[in-house]
Amino acid sequence: TAHGGCGSEVRPTLIYFFTSGFSQVRQYVVQVIFSVTFAFSCTMFELIIFEILGVLNSSSRYFHWKMNLFIILLILVFMVPFYTGYFIVSNIRLLHKQRLLFSCLLWLTFMYFFWKLGDPFPILSPKHGILSIEQLISRVGVIGVTLMALLSGFGAVNCPYTYMSYFLRNVTEADILTLERRLLQTMDMIISKKKRMAVARRTIFQRGEVHEKPSGFWGMIRSVTVSVPGSENLTLIQQEVDALEELSRQLFLETADLYATKERIEYSKTFKGKYFNFLGYFFSIYCVWKIFMATINIIFDRVGKTDPVTRGIEITVNYLGIQFDVKFWSQHISFILVGIIIVTSIRGLLITLTKFFYAISSSKSSNVIVLLLAQIMGMYFVSSVLLIRMSMPLEYRTIITEVLGELQFNFYHRWFDVIFLVSALSSILFLYLAHKQAPEKHMTP
Amino acid sequence: MASLDRVKVLVLGDSGVGKSSLVHLLCQNQVLGNPSWTVGCSVDVRVHDYKEGTPEERTYYIELWDVGGSVGCASSVKSTRAVFYNSVNGIILVHDLTNKKSSQNLYRWSLEALNRDLVPTGVLVTNGDYDREQFADNQIPLLVIGTKLDQINETKRHEVLTRTAFLAEDFNAEEINLVIEKRYFLREGNQIPGLPDRKRFGGGTLKSLHYD
Repeated sequence: TAHGGCGSEVRPTLIYFFTSGFSQVRQYVVQVIFSVTFAFSCTMFELIIFEILGVLNSSSRYFHWKMNLFIILLILVFMVPFYTGYFIVSNIRLLHKQRLLFSCLLWLTFMYFFWKLGDPFPILSPKHGILSIEQLISRVGVIGVTLMALLSGFGAVNCPYTYMSYFLRNVTEADILTLERRLLQTMDMIISKKKRMAVARRTIFQRGEVHEKPSGFWGMIRSVTVSVPGSENLTLIQQEVDALEELSRQLFLETADLYATKERIEYSKTFKGKYFNFLGYFFSIYCVWKIFMATINIIFDRVGKTDPVTRGIEITVNYLGIQFDVKFWSQHISFILVGIIIVTSIRGLLITLTKFFYAISSSKSSNVIVLLLAQIMGMYFVSSVLLIRMSMPLEYRTIITEVLGELQFNFYHRWFDVIFLVSALSSILFLYLAHKQAPEKHMTP
Repeated sequence: MASLDRVKVLVLGDSGVGKSSLVHLLCQNQVLGNPSWTVGCSVDVRVHDYKEGTPEERTYYIELWDVGGSVGCASSVKSTRAVFYNSVNGIILVHDLTNKKSSQNLYRWSLEALNRDLVPTGVLVTNGDYDREQFADNQIPLLVIGTKLDQINETKRHEVLTRTAFLAEDFNAEEINLVIEKRYFLREGNQIPGLPDRKRFGGGTLKSLHYD
């Protein structure tokens, strides 16, 4: 879809938003916000592609960049946080009456912390005023770059871990059967306790109906001394049942895990499995190299000046002596490279967000979670535009530099390297501990 | 002797149709206040007096096994779920009247529970035609329950109820359509309107789960 088409169908929705008031159906609003954030983020990537391919007039591209950026910042800094606060407040019964007031308060708190975020970082040159687009972008960039680095660090370590079959624990049929037996035993225990509770409740109910009203003085004395032991026992049994139910859930998840591991072991013996295992070795080398480079960059305080495409072409021209049209090839190769980076990062982020959403959502909080995810996604995409600048040849970089203003781009790359390193190392530690702990629980030696 | 009194009934259906609320209503005579997603299987017990008032009166403990999840799960979860399907006396299939997909998924749920795989020899069977003969020799009684009747517009109710009547016929099952109301803010504090339905339900269909 052309950029114009995307923009014109979204603009009426935005107008509908601001005029429709807060009495609309909530789920619909949340869905629309998420889609709008996604649409405008993708438009930014489209503009990068247009930049490389030279589509549209240069000045019109600049105009669209500015407008898109302005709208996205509006969404990320005003709309999404405000609606998030509104839905959080709606969930709390006490504040239900004055939702608007409290959501405004929440939004102001968010803005305060958001502003304060800029202080410890050297992200702005001093010549900017207080109310400029650069102020907002720089802060959004910090948050987004942190997210990107965290996800990349974890992904860089997790990817070889999942692909390589070296790490697969050995699971036998007997292990699974043992766990299943334990699960069924736990269910039986829960049932027997619930039977006792049901019988006890029935006895109390029947006794309550048959019980005569105390008549006279002696009747009252008698009613005081006759105790109802059932209710205290019930609470005790209920606690035991809760603990057993928690245990049964854990056993269920562990059994499912064992089945999944067993399937993966069988899969790794097939051709496809072996192919992915091989890829896994490559990935692990690549990830180790990335971690190494991040460390080098930090220690030697070095930021790459040229992008990989131009450097690759230089190497081929200088060392291999192959002559070809640098401009032509650099345009196409950088288009492909940037395209791949964009697509994989969008896909990776959406998959991660979906998994996260299913893991933690419940019927009450799903609105808030979707809005938080929209916020994260928007910030992520804005910062990837920031960082992608490094992968593009000089002539395409200028527009990003112009549009985003005079940001300290080097700082962002350094910050990315630091967080990437921290995230990768902690993921290694985390996966090592998880891997160590699991086999001792229920494996046959 | 204790094993003779055991009646195991599976409660199956898609995520969010109201199985946990239904089981809670049946066993505790109350509406579930804070429903949350069921992980694995949750069991509850209902005490039932079979042939009450007659000389053959016996007390049965009906175990309602509420198995959570969806039909499109990872096969590891499906294999784990299969451990609950052993020695079942009856199956309750729950679907959401406002959600057509949940009704269609009931076929797959029943096939999964009756251990007749949709993928017998690795050949994918498309989700189109349904073979009634697969249920012809089924001895286990089935009950189809549709929930959230109150959330359907008055005008559309007839159409929805006709559709579900066909569904129940396909399974050769009894059918009940329910309203289980959940209120987050109990203003009046009086009894939840779902209870009158429960009385009707309690008298009527449990007889179909008992056989000698």
